[in-house]
Amino acid sequence: MASPIEQFQIKPIIPAINFTNSSLFMVGAVAVIVGGFMLATRKRAVVPGRGQSIAEILHDFVAGTLTDATGREGMKFFPLVFSLFMFVFTANLLGMIPGFFTVTSHIIVTFALAMLVIGTVVVYGLVKHGVHFFGLFVPSGVPSWLLPFIIVIEVISFLSRPISLSLRLFANMLAGHIALKVFGGFVVALLGAGGALTILAPLPLIMAVALMALEFLVAALQAYVFTVLTCIYLNDALHPGH
Amino acid sequence: MAQAQAQTTHAETQAHGGAHEDVGFPPFATETYGGQLLWLVITFAVLYTLMSKLVLPRLSGIIENRRSMIARDLDEAAAMKTRAEEAGATYEKALAEAKGRAQALAQETRAKLAAESDARRKALEADLNKRLAESEATIAARKAEAMGHVRGIARDTASAIIERLTGKAPAPQTVESALDQINA
Repeated sequence: MASPIEQFQIKPIIPAINFTNSSLFMVGAVAVIVGGFMLATRKRAVVPGRGQSIAEILHDFVAGTLTDATGREGMKFFPLVFSLFMFVFTANLLGMIPGFFTVTSHIIVTFALAMLVIGTVVVYGLVKHGVHFFGLFVPSGVPSWLLPFIIVIEVISFLSRPISLSLRLFANMLAGHIALKVFGGFVVALLGAGGALTILAPLPLIMAVALMALEFLVAALQAYVFTVLTCIYLNDALHPGH
Repeated sequence: MAQAQAQTTHAETQAHGGAHEDVGFPPFATETYGGQLLWLVITFAVLYTLMSKLVLPRLSGIIENRRSMIARDLDEAAAMKTRAEEAGATYEKALAEAKGRAQALAQETRAKLAAESDARRKALEADLNKRLAESEATIAARKAEAMGHVRGIARDTASAIIERLTGKAPAPQTVESALDQINA
């Protein structure tokens, strides 16, 4: 029987350009997102149909999340935040289809996305606010003798952001898919064992179905969490100083 | 030599069939990072470009278009409401005016009619009074006339009575003087 982590293996498709199954699903996710939105909004209807409603709900949802965290001026980051949300969301959901590869189950991908967010925060913060950006690490209203410790803590907390941001998404996707595979494996193993054990085979199957529902929730939720945290970090770039 | 050995072992493991091949832990297989990053950069750049240049302008265009349409419709509705209210006020005013005019007209008509009937009544009364006076005058004349006839009747009657009693008609002068005596 296949190992539960075999599903995460990178398999080359066109080795000459490093095109792998991972690349294929990245391209697939982009195609699904852009194609889906173009198809849904092709009528530009004032009274939206089903597809256009979904597109508008996604738009308003992400825009609401962004403006809640950063205010109106945060909307300049909307294309980035919306692209991030849609990419993670679509990659997570595509991964739920049996046999499909989950792009976000690789730490390098989630870490790169997290670094994109933190990089944007740092670059924008420095360009916009200059040295004032470092006010981020100096909370106001703290006694001066406490300040050195607070600054150290704030710096560590800032540096750990990309790690926690990427690890959260990566670990959730990885663990969910392993759990699904393990319970699926139990079904096969019990069926293969014969005798009384065969009768028990539906039990892990029920578990796998329940987990599947949970994983769909996790897939959507983690995309949302990633987006919310992105918005909160972007708020630091827009309004440094506590 | 050792390397060649290792390669053979690896090849053998692979030949065994994919089931138990040594895959390690794929997310930590650093040799795949380069390829993944390359394609992540390519695909995400394409996604970001298409999103910011194509999808989002279209989407926000639709939403903005709807918002402005709703705002315009609401403005129009508000303007129409104001106009309707104005028309209502004008109507109320016209109604009040008409009511006032009607009342004045009714008052006037009533007064005119009352005056007319008053005049007619007075004329009728005057007419009746006149006729009453005339009738009274006629009655008085008739009465006087009748009283004038009484003396003649009394003379004739007295002559006739005396003629019956005496067999001879008295002289008219005697009767006349007797009547004058009674009357006196």
